[in-house]
Amino acid sequence: MDKSITLPPDEIFRNLENAKRFAIDIGGSLTKLAYYSTVQHKVAKVRSFDHSAKETEGDPLYEISVQEEITARLHFIKFENAYIETCLDFIKDHLVNTETKVIKATGGGAYKFKDLIEKKLKLKVDKEDEMTCLIKGCNFVLKNIPHEAFVYAKHADSEFRFQNTHPDIFPYLLINIGSGVSIVKVEAEDKFERIGGSSIGGGTFWGLGALLTKTKRFDELLQLASKGQHTNVDMLVKDIYGGAYGSLGLTGDLIASSFGKSATTDKEFSKEDMAKSLLHMISNDIGQLACLYAKLHNLTRVYFGGFFIRGHPVTMHTITYSINFFTKGEVQALFLRHEGYLGAIGAFLKGAEEDNPNQYSWGENYAGSSGLMSVSPELNPVQRARSGTFDMLEMDRLERQLVNLPLLQDPTSYIPDTVELTEDALARVYWLYCFEEALDGVVKRAIASQKDQPEAVERAEKFRQKYRHKLQTLRHQPFAYGSLTVRSLLDTREHCLNEFNFPDPYSKIKQKENDMALKYYLKVVKSVEELSWEQRQFTLVKGLLAGNVFDWGAKAVSDVLESDPEFGFEQAKQQLQERPWLVDAYNQWIERLKGPPHKCALFFVDNSGIDIILGVFPFIRELLIRGTEVVLASNSGPALNDVTNSELQILTERIAAMDPVIHTALKEDRLALVQNGSSSPCLDLSRLDKVLATVVRERGTDLVIIEGMGRAIHTNYYAMLSCESLKLAVIKNSWLAERLGGKIFSVVFKYEVPSKAQG
Amino acid sequence: MELNGFHCDGEGCAEEQEEEPKALRLPRSKTDASCSIIATPGADSAAAGGSALREQRMSKSTPAMLRLDSLKKNRPPFPWFGMDIGGTLVKLVYFEPKDITAEEEQEEVESLKSIRRYLTSHTAYGKTGIRDVHLELSDLTLWGRKGNLHFIRFPTHELPAFLQMGRDKHFSSLHTTLCATGGGAFKYEDDFRTMANLQLLKLDELDCLIKGVLYIYSVVSSGPPECYYFEHPTDPERCEQKAYNLENPYPLLLVNIGSGVSILAVYSKDNYKRVTGTSLGGGTFLGLCCLLTGCSTFEEALAMATEGESTHVDKLVRDIYGGDYERFGLPGWAVASSFGNMICKEKRDSVSKEDLARATLVTITNNIGSITRMCALNENIERVVFVGNFLRVNTLSMKLLAYALDYWSKGQLKALFLRHEGYFGAVGALLELPNPS
Repeated sequence: MDKSITLPPDEIFRNLENAKRFAIDIGGSLTKLAYYSTVQHKVAKVRSFDHSAKETEGDPLYEISVQEEITARLHFIKFENAYIETCLDFIKDHLVNTETKVIKATGGGAYKFKDLIEKKLKLKVDKEDEMTCLIKGCNFVLKNIPHEAFVYAKHADSEFRFQNTHPDIFPYLLINIGSGVSIVKVEAEDKFERIGGSSIGGGTFWGLGALLTKTKRFDELLQLASKGQHTNVDMLVKDIYGGAYGSLGLTGDLIASSFGKSATTDKEFSKEDMAKSLLHMISNDIGQLACLYAKLHNLTRVYFGGFFIRGHPVTMHTITYSINFFTKGEVQALFLRHEGYLGAIGAFLKGAEEDNPNQYSWGENYAGSSGLMSVSPELNPVQRARSGTFDMLEMDRLERQLVNLPLLQDPTSYIPDTVELTEDALARVYWLYCFEEALDGVVKRAIASQKDQPEAVERAEKFRQKYRHKLQTLRHQPFAYGSLTVRSLLDTREHCLNEFNFPDPYSKIKQKENDMALKYYLKVVKSVEELSWEQRQFTLVKGLLAGNVFDWGAKAVSDVLESDPEFGFEQAKQQLQERPWLVDAYNQWIERLKGPPHKCALFFVDNSGIDIILGVFPFIRELLIRGTEVVLASNSGPALNDVTNSELQILTERIAAMDPVIHTALKEDRLALVQNGSSSPCLDLSRLDKVLATVVRERGTDLVIIEGMGRAIHTNYYAMLSCESLKLAVIKNSWLAERLGGKIFSVVFKYEVPSKAQG
Repeated sequence: MELNGFHCDGEGCAEEQEEEPKALRLPRSKTDASCSIIATPGADSAAAGGSALREQRMSKSTPAMLRLDSLKKNRPPFPWFGMDIGGTLVKLVYFEPKDITAEEEQEEVESLKSIRRYLTSHTAYGKTGIRDVHLELSDLTLWGRKGNLHFIRFPTHELPAFLQMGRDKHFSSLHTTLCATGGGAFKYEDDFRTMANLQLLKLDELDCLIKGVLYIYSVVSSGPPECYYFEHPTDPERCEQKAYNLENPYPLLLVNIGSGVSILAVYSKDNYKRVTGTSLGGGTFLGLCCLLTGCSTFEEALAMATEGESTHVDKLVRDIYGGDYERFGLPGWAVASSFGNMICKEKRDSVSKEDLARATLVTITNNIGSITRMCALNENIERVVFVGNFLRVNTLSMKLLAYALDYWSKGQLKALFLRHEGYFGAVGALLELPNPS
């Protein structure tokens, strides 16, 4: 056992001091450790000044304070069994929490290492059934990690095609390929059954492969197989028929008899060829059985896991091929990003049942997770020999439980993101470049937000390195964190900022902008009121669009705002594209407004300052006057200069104090403020705050308005809703504008009415 | 006679007037005819012309004569062969007429006589050709002729030698149709033509297989039963072979284990579908045994397997769980991972070749059993007939299949076996002899 390694503690066993509820899954070669911990991190809070105190001109609108907050986080670490002793020593030395008395254990090696664990950690090892843990873990990742499952396509532009998270994950088939194969049908959280299996599995590949090739290690065997030609060893249909067996539709290249040539020829076969033939034989056999079971039980979702699969491109490819062949494409082989962690997650969940982890929503912390590592060995030879590396997965417990927006037309087919960057190389290159370019500015902004703290410079530098490293990883492995989208790039940046205690770099800017915009509010409202109905509607929409120009997330705008703070609302209006807009459904919208008022409008708001105060409020004010109830949905946590729910509470109060329309609406509960459950500049309508969903349902919402590039262009551009919707944004990025066929500051005004049939 | 829906044409019909045995059918192509004359100078070169004349005469016949002629016409000229050229073995069935009259014998061409004598007086041909004497069906009536059906096999890689022999014995001068099935009928068609001047009538192997099964079952009436099963398959003490009545066989799952495996669902004599197949078949067993043990024949591999112990090689459920894995109803003796013990160097060093051969046999056989069982469930068929040369002298596998099907289906599925296990394709091909096209 290698005890010589020293562990970089900050990097690997993070938050160990508060750790509790340990679980361990020891497999044939890898150990997976899980624990629950609490993380203390800084959050920005806003608080309204006492009304009595706030009357002097020049005082800020509200108070910003940074507070410590404690949140729950799950840590999962994967390392080679060789380091188990070193790791146990490390944990013992750093463990402060003494409540912990037991460690849940699963996996074949749990028995072997039982004594060592008990001796080192002084914890009682409590064994849990392997299959139960596996299924529990599988359910957890499928529910909580968007894009957990993927389809593998070796020769496609993107090897990994991530699947939507289905709101209902059951029923599914899990094919676990360990030394043998287990086929498990999972029907509900606690309802699963082993419906079959096979003795021809990973152990057969390994054992038979070792005998045939004198190669001892599993990884080496796979390596051999990836270089071999199975056609030298296998008897193909064409070896028997001379060509295809046409009447049955069997092509000539099909394997008629595995190892059939070694039965009839006396020559020597190469190790590579035999390993490849063996790999095909076993993968095909497993694929065939999987299909027969899927057919018998009428299941189409089939996930593969176990050490035979575990991120190995070679086996994922052969299994995918086999499933495709035997089901004629009707069933797709699905793999899981965190497949290696399932047992540990399940064992952990077993031990944490009293914490009720299943009643919360969880989100992957991109800053602390390693992402999917394995790629084709040809692409990245280093990774196959990554001995000594530690893989990590961190899941944050979300404050709020997340659910679907009830107004999604088809939740199962909803994809939030407009462009999948793993599949669009051009866009990927651009956006990765764009985020890298913007990094300096973000670092500067972060430092500026904490001028009073000298060590902020150092933290900001750490942030820069972390995020740049993530960008570099993504450049080489675009699928490392599931889907790669503008949203995931933005979210990863937010996670990294949080990681280094920059909870809200824009807090002061937002405060300043809000303060400034409030001064103009009444003037804007008044000037609108003087217009004719038709003119008023157009001015309100233009105001909404002009407000949306004020977005610190967009590089073009942040450049202007940095250099010319006087850039005003009126100027913004002039920057806007003249009608007809890039996407222009304004006439249909006006026609609709001439009809009866909507019952309730749900408005997903975007930026602070001019956008929310001078754009959104006058617009919804008109809706309220028309008799439409309004629900303003804003972010739960900070992201860029987006207005957060707590900021919006204060702003609304201030506006209500000036404007009787808003005041009355608030009092009569015709204007409601809710949080959306997210801290992202984008919007995933399948993961929204449960309270929001309830409000939407109770109020009979019949209009959804989504504003801004992040929420209406990068995400939800193609989202289909079951009620009327308005998606509007100003394209503040030349590249994107060009891609959509327009210029910078082009306007998208998309008004959609679902077809009657879907009513 | 109709049995199992198989109508045995012409069988049992009173034979009035035997045609001249040398009367040959029209050559199937001009090339064929001309070549045969050139290639076989010693043969009766008038035969082709004579046959043509006869055709002419027949076309002017009276209705009564036509009926008679039609029977005669349907009856193909000798020799009667059916051939199945598989990936590993060529299976040949030969009908030896035993009712040849003295007159016939006199007129019989030398090459025909020579072929008959060669095949019937030997039980082995060359180093690798074998006649399975125990399978021979005597006193069979086929298309009005009485005779014996012989079953011969040789490795597919010896096909060139066979063609050479055909050439030496002037087979092509007989202008007979050679009905052949199996992949080799397609792959070697050119070789048959160029090397032996023979034209093949190529037939689909699954059609032939089913025809052959139904025919053989219908004509075997005495001697050992054609179809049998193992009674008490799960109890080695009481397990014994028992005859099975297959008179109403449908629906039937037919599993043909040759080099690879095909699984057919048969609903009637001409309604069937190939459900699936697997490349883990007899070829895999032999191929892996050759690589693992250095043996070179199926017989050697089987002999070793008989002596070996697979549990040294395989990892059993009890090796992992110490006993049964009760939560999932897995008995301790079940194999959890085939060859699973071989990931460990010490165990690799301690196993014998016999153990490896046995493990290979068990792995392949159980896998076929498992896929078969799933197909039977998916197709809702309870009767499974296993055929193919993998089962030849392979009681080990048959008992394993019987056991596995019975155990995992809780007695729902029955594994049936046929004595002429590997020859049905060839028989089916022979039966197509009167139907040129």
